[in-house]
Amino acid sequence: MADAGVIDTADLRKTYGDIEAVRGLTLHVPGGSIYGFLGRNGAGKTTTIKVLLGMTHPTAGDVRVFGLPANVSRSSVAIRRRTGFVSEDKDLYDFMTVEEMIRFTAPFFPNWRKDLEERYLRKFELRQAQTIKSLSRGMRTKLALLLALSRGAELLILDEPTSGLDPAMTEEVLQALVSHVASEQMTVFFSSHQIAEVEQIADHVAIVDRGRAVLAGTLDDLRERYRRIQMVFDGDAPQPAFRSPGVVRVRRKGRVVTLLTSAGAEHVVNEARGLHPVSIDVTPVSLKDIFLETVVGED
Amino acid sequence: MLFRPNPSSGVPIYLQLMEQVKHAVETGALRPGEQLPGIRPLAEELVINPNTVAKAYRELEHEGVIELRQGAGAFVAGNAGTKKLMDTIRAGQGIVADAIEKLRARGVTDEEIRRLFEAELAGLNIRGGHRG
Repeated sequence: MADAGVIDTADLRKTYGDIEAVRGLTLHVPGGSIYGFLGRNGAGKTTTIKVLLGMTHPTAGDVRVFGLPANVSRSSVAIRRRTGFVSEDKDLYDFMTVEEMIRFTAPFFPNWRKDLEERYLRKFELRQAQTIKSLSRGMRTKLALLLALSRGAELLILDEPTSGLDPAMTEEVLQALVSHVASEQMTVFFSSHQIAEVEQIADHVAIVDRGRAVLAGTLDDLRERYRRIQMVFDGDAPQPAFRSPGVVRVRRKGRVVTLLTSAGAEHVVNEARGLHPVSIDVTPVSLKDIFLETVVGED
Repeated sequence: MLFRPNPSSGVPIYLQLMEQVKHAVETGALRPGEQLPGIRPLAEELVINPNTVAKAYRELEHEGVIELRQGAGAFVAGNAGTKKLMDTIRAGQGIVADAIEKLRARGVTDEEIRRLFEAELAGLNIRGGHRG
């Protein structure tokens, strides 16, 4: 493994009764990254986040945040002190006003940043006297984000931060994150099932499926390695048996063979030429395509 | 806005940004000595990762397209000669226009022409080992 990350898990497992929510998850989240934790609903994302925050104990495996074991309660307290967290439900006290919620939260965090609190009150246009009960979903998310960003945290963990938000509000939340990371030294780990937002702001990504990381790395690396190669033949396409490493999937239909390769597209093209197709097209692959091939394709 | 990378195109965003900066310099939209947006404002404006903007700027500096001045920001390099590049592009446009005219005369549709160009470019990328 490379340098110790802000988050490191090894063969992490969590079972509830006979349900395996996390089944051997290995993650390495480098400091300073915006890390997209991408997976379908029920893939084990929320459970993983709960383990990271010491809110639930793993069944097996190693889990470290800032190098501290997250499954030991003493270090888990230290981890939470240095981490901002926004849950999917945006847990807030409905009976409080915006101002009361902020005044209630701040004393728990010795590094509370009054300057950031004021910045985000203005930026998010939150009205301090408004009761939380009466906030729209978007404003609720913004308040939860304000509380997490103002902690002076080194790590921000967000569970589906944009779920239920309209596109304009989503963009606003993403922009706040990007801008926060640009001005403060910090790491962001966010779970999402929205491929577009991961593609937009993340520099690292893990695709998690059924409690396991099926793919992880920097987004640039994935974009540079993955290619779709399409061959069209004069008559019916042959049944090709590609030996090049990296070929993820081959589909054959009529006169067309389409394949996805995770590496070494040039070797695959050389091999493909040997089959004498009429044409060979090589195109870049979006994260959505990679996601659909690695996750849904396993069924 | 000069720059507009598309996060879902499958091409690394920093490469798209590099291409767009180079294009702006080649066309004269950005002239030598002119300042580029800072990393943070550009990341905010495009809503992309600041590390991605920083990477694009580093690579552009490495290629001599821009200069990063400590504390002052990013500037188009003085010798990022736009004149020569503009001539090259103009010549290229002529060649492409000729090719398209000939293809149309043979009854090839615009959509087919576009595909032919893309396939040929992709092929060149593979043979030349270009990382795009």
